Amino acid sequence: MTAQLEYPDIQDTDALLSVQGLWKVFGPKAQRVPHRPDLAALDRAALYKKTGCTAAVRDLSFGVAPGEVFVVMGLSGSGKSTLVRCLTRLIEPTAGRLIFEGEDLRAADEKRLRALRRSKFSMVFQHFGLLPHRKVIDNVSYGLEIRGESKPDRRRRAQEVIDLVGLAGNEQLYPEQLSGGMQQRVGLARALAGDPDVLLFDEPFSALDPLIRREMQTEVVRLHREVGKTMVFVTHDLSEALKVGDRILLMRDGAAVQLGTGDELVGAPADDYVRQFVRDVPRADVLTLRWIVRDPRPDEPLDGPELGPDLLVREATRLVLESDRPVKVVDHGALLGVIGDEEILAVVADTN
Amino acid sequence: MASITGSVEIEVRRPRRSVVVGVVLVVWVAAYFVLRGIDTLVLGGQETTALHRWLNDHRDDVGQGNVFFDAIRIAVDHFVVLLQNLVSQPSFDRPVPAIGWLGVVAISAYCAWAFGNWKVAVLTAAGLGFVGVQGLWQESMDTLALTVAAVLLSLLVAIPLGIWAGLSDRAFKVATLVLDLMQTLPTFVYLAPLTLFFAIGPAAATIATLIYAAPPAVRLTAHAIRSVPPESVEAARSLGSTRGQTLTKVLLPMSRSTVVVGINQTIMAALSMVTVAALIDAPGLGQTVLKALQTLDVGVAFNAGLAIVVLAIVLDRVTTAAGDRPWRTANRRRRILLAAGGVGVLVAVWFSRTYVWAAEFPSQIGIGSQIAKVASDVTNWVQDVFGGFTYGVRDAVTNGLLNPLEALLTGSPWWLVTVVVVALAAVLGGWRGAVPAAVCLGLLVATGVWQDSMVTLASTLLATVVVVAVGLALGVWAGRNRRVDVWIRPVLDAGQTMPPFVYLVPFLALFGTSRFTAIAAAVVFAVPVTTKIVADGIKAVPVATVEAANSVGSSSWQVISKVQLPVARRAITLAVNQGLIYVLSMVVVGGLVGAGALGYDVAAGFAQSELYGKGLAAGLAIVLLGVMLDRITQAAARRTQNFPSRGDKQ
Repeated sequence: MTAQLEYPDIQDTDALLSVQGLWKVFGPKAQRVPHRPDLAALDRAALYKKTGCTAAVRDLSFGVAPGEVFVVMGLSGSGKSTLVRCLTRLIEPTAGRLIFEGEDLRAADEKRLRALRRSKFSMVFQHFGLLPHRKVIDNVSYGLEIRGESKPDRRRRAQEVIDLVGLAGNEQLYPEQLSGGMQQRVGLARALAGDPDVLLFDEPFSALDPLIRREMQTEVVRLHREVGKTMVFVTHDLSEALKVGDRILLMRDGAAVQLGTGDELVGAPADDYVRQFVRDVPRADVLTLRWIVRDPRPDEPLDGPELGPDLLVREATRLVLESDRPVKVVDHGALLGVIGDEEILAVVADTN
Repeated sequence: MASITGSVEIEVRRPRRSVVVGVVLVVWVAAYFVLRGIDTLVLGGQETTALHRWLNDHRDDVGQGNVFFDAIRIAVDHFVVLLQNLVSQPSFDRPVPAIGWLGVVAISAYCAWAFGNWKVAVLTAAGLGFVGVQGLWQESMDTLALTVAAVLLSLLVAIPLGIWAGLSDRAFKVATLVLDLMQTLPTFVYLAPLTLFFAIGPAAATIATLIYAAPPAVRLTAHAIRSVPPESVEAARSLGSTRGQTLTKVLLPMSRSTVVVGINQTIMAALSMVTVAALIDAPGLGQTVLKALQTLDVGVAFNAGLAIVVLAIVLDRVTTAAGDRPWRTANRRRRILLAAGGVGVLVAVWFSRTYVWAAEFPSQIGIGSQIAKVASDVTNWVQDVFGGFTYGVRDAVTNGLLNPLEALLTGSPWWLVTVVVVALAAVLGGWRGAVPAAVCLGLLVATGVWQDSMVTLASTLLATVVVVAVGLALGVWAGRNRRVDVWIRPVLDAGQTMPPFVYLVPFLALFGTSRFTAIAAAVVFAVPVTTKIVADGIKAVPVATVEAANSVGSSSWQVISKVQLPVARRAITLAVNQGLIYVLSMVVVGGLVGAGALGYDVAAGFAQSELYGKGLAAGLAIVLLGVMLDRITQAAARRTQNFPSRGDKQ
C-alpha cells in the first residue's frame, strides 16, 4: 500500500550533520503523506484540502560541514523553524534520516537524545526562552546543572561564557532587568556553556531593534571566528543570512528552493522566486570577481593588474576603474579572464 | 451582504422569541386560575415520603461500618484533632492547647512575613489579636485549624491534579468538565450527601470543605502550567532536561504566582465552607454564628461574623502578598533577619507553653460583649427608626412580587409548571435547555419536596432579576469608567471573600426573619460576581469599536445599548448564570433565617434524625434546581452567540 521510502546512501563523509529526505507533516495520519507519491506531490493548499495535513518540511536533503555556518532562510511559514527543531527532534520528523557523526539520530532513544542535547547540540531561540525566576548566571549554567555538574564547576564555566559574550557584570541580575539584546546574549551564553559541537539559532535576532541586531550579528561572526562551532542559523532576513552564512538554504512552503553560497544565490538564482528574494541585495557586496569575469577580447592588452577571483566586486571597484586597461583575474596562476569598467559598473549601478 | 442579512434576521428573531415567552407566561397564568390547587404535591414540615423514610432507614448502610470510608474519616479526624490540639483545644494532659495565643500569633506573623511582606505580618498579628480581644480566640482557632486541615489536604490532591491537567490535554478536558459542574453546586449541597459517608462532625466538615475548596487550585495550577511560554520549555528540552527537570526547574517555578492565586481562592473557599459546615457540627465561629442566628441574637452573630471577616481579610491579604512577591527576593540581609525572626518565634512559642498569660488569651480585655451590645443596640435603633420603612419595603416586595410568583409556582399543578418551564427552556435554549430541564423537573418530583423547591425557585428568580439589573448597571458603569472601576473593585473583591453566612447578619437586623431577608442577602451576595463579569466584558470591547461608534455621533446610551452590551453579550449571559448560582446558594442558606423551604429542610435534616432522609432529598433538590438553571442559561447563552452573520461552518 505505502511505498517504502528509499534513501540514496550518500555517505557525505565530510558532513557533520547530514539530512536526507526529511519530512515533517502536521495533521491527521501524517505518516502516509511522505510515503504516498500522489500525496507527496501535492502543493500545500491541495494537500490540506485532500488530507487536512500541512507539510512544514518536505523532502529536504543537505549536509552541514564541520565548522560551517549553515543558514536556513525563508519567509514566515516556510518551515524553517520546524526544520531546525527537527534536527534535534524537539519536533519529531515524520520521515527521513538524520545522521550526526555517523549516528542515526532518528534511531536514538529518549536517553541517548537527551545525552546528545546535553553535550552536542544547543539552541538559541527567537524570544530567548530564558527562565525569568533565575539570575543570569543561573540561566547560563542551567544546562550544566541538569547534566549534574558540581556547583563550582558550573559557576566557573558559566563565568567564562558570560565573559565571552560580553555580559560580564550582569551575572546577578534577572532577565527582566536586561534589554532585549542583553537577554539574547544570555541565550547565547547558555547555548555555549555546554560546549556543544553544533549551535542552532532560530531567528535569534528577529525580536531585536535593527541597531542591536547588527551588533549581535557581528557578535556571532566574532564568536564563530573564536570558538569555531558548527552553526545552523535560521533567519528570514537575507542581509543577515549573507552576513553570517557560509551557505544558505532557501526554503519555500517547506521545500528547498536553492542551496548555495550567498554569491551563488545572488549571481545565479535558481528561479524567479529566488530572483525576487535577492533583488534588493547590494550585489557589489556579495558578488566576487569570479561572477563577472569575461573572456578577453582579441584586441585587448593583457598587461593590466592581476586580482584573485574571490575578491568582492566592491573591493575591486576602485582599482578596476583607475586602471586604464582591463584587470586580469587569475586563479592559482591560471587566467580566468578579464574585467573592464563596464562589468564593474553594471554590478555597482545594479543594472541587472 | 452577509452582515446585512444577519442583522435583519436578528431584528426579526428577537421580538419573535420574546413574544413566544410572553404567550407561554400568559397561558400559564390563565391556566393557573383554572387549575390552581390541583396536583400541587404539598408536603408538610414533619411529613415525609416513602423515599425519605427509605433514606432514613438506610442512612447507616453506606457510611458507617464501611472500611474504606471509615478509614478516611478516622485519618482526617486525627489530622483535624492534631491541629486542634496544637492551637485550640486543651491537649496532652494540659488545660491549654500545645501552643498558646502568643505562639500562634508569632508563628502566623512570621509566616506572613516570610511568604509575603512585613505589612501583612503586622496585619496578621493585629487581626489575630483582634479576634482574641473579641473573646473568640478558641472559636477562631477551631475555624483556623479546620480551614488549614482542609486546605492542606485539598492542595495535596489539587496541585498534582492541576499539574496533570496542565501537562495532558485529555486530563485538562476532563478536569474542566468536572470542575464546571462542581462550580454550579451551592456550598450547602456538598454537606448533605457527605454526611451519608462520613457521619456528622469535624471529619465530614473537613472533607466537604476540601472537596469544595479544591477546584480553584486545580484550575489555576493547570492554567498556570499551560501558560508558561512554550519557548522556555523548549529551551529546557533543547538542553537535554528530563521531564522531571522540566517540571521542577521550569514549569513549576514559572507558574508559582498563578498557583498561589489558586491557593488563595482555595483558602477563601475553605474558610467560607468551614463556617457553613457548622450545620454538620463543625466547631468554630460558624457554630457561634449559627446558634446566634437561630436565637435571633444579632449582637452575638455580628461579633462572630466580624471575626470571620477579619480572618478572611488576613488570609486573603497574606496569600495575595505571597503571590505578588517578585522573583528577586532572597538577599543576605533578609536571610539574616528571617533567621533572627525564627529564633524570636521559638521564644514566643516557649513563652506560650510556659506562662499562662501567653497561653490563654487574657479575658479581662474582652470587647466582644461590647461589640455584641453595640450591634444589638444599633439593630434595635435601626428597627425603631427605620423599622417602618424597612419592614414596609419588605412587605411591599413580599406581597407585591414574591407572593404572587410563589403562588403561581406552588399553586399550579406540577405538570403544568413542568410543561411551562420546559417550553420556556426550549424557546430560550433549544433542546440543550429543554432536555436537562425536563429531566431535572422529573427528578424534582421524585424527591418529594416539590413544593419547597418551588418556594426556593420563586425566591431565586426574584433575587436574580434584581441581581442582574443591579449588576448590569454597576458593571456597565465600572466597565466604562476607569475611576469607578478602581473604587468599586476592592469592594467587590472583599464581598466575594466573605462567607455567605456573614451576609445574613445585617439583613436579619434590618428585615427580621423572612423570605425577604434571604432574598436581600442573596442580592448583596451575588451582585459582586455579576458586576465583575459584566465590567470585564464591557472593558473587553475593543476600544476601536467604541471609538468607531463615537465617531459617527452615537450618544452614550446608544454606545452602551447598540455596541457595548451586544458585543459583551457572552460575558453578560455568563454573569446571569453565575448570578443565578450565587443567588441559589444564598437563598438556601437563608433557610436558616426564616426563608424556609429547601434550606430549612436541609438544616432540619441535620438537626432531627427522623427528618434526615427528607433533608437529603432537599439537598438533592437544590442540586437539581442548580443544574437546571445552569443548563438553561448556558443553552440560552449558546443560542444568543450563534449569529447567522458570524458565518458558522455548519
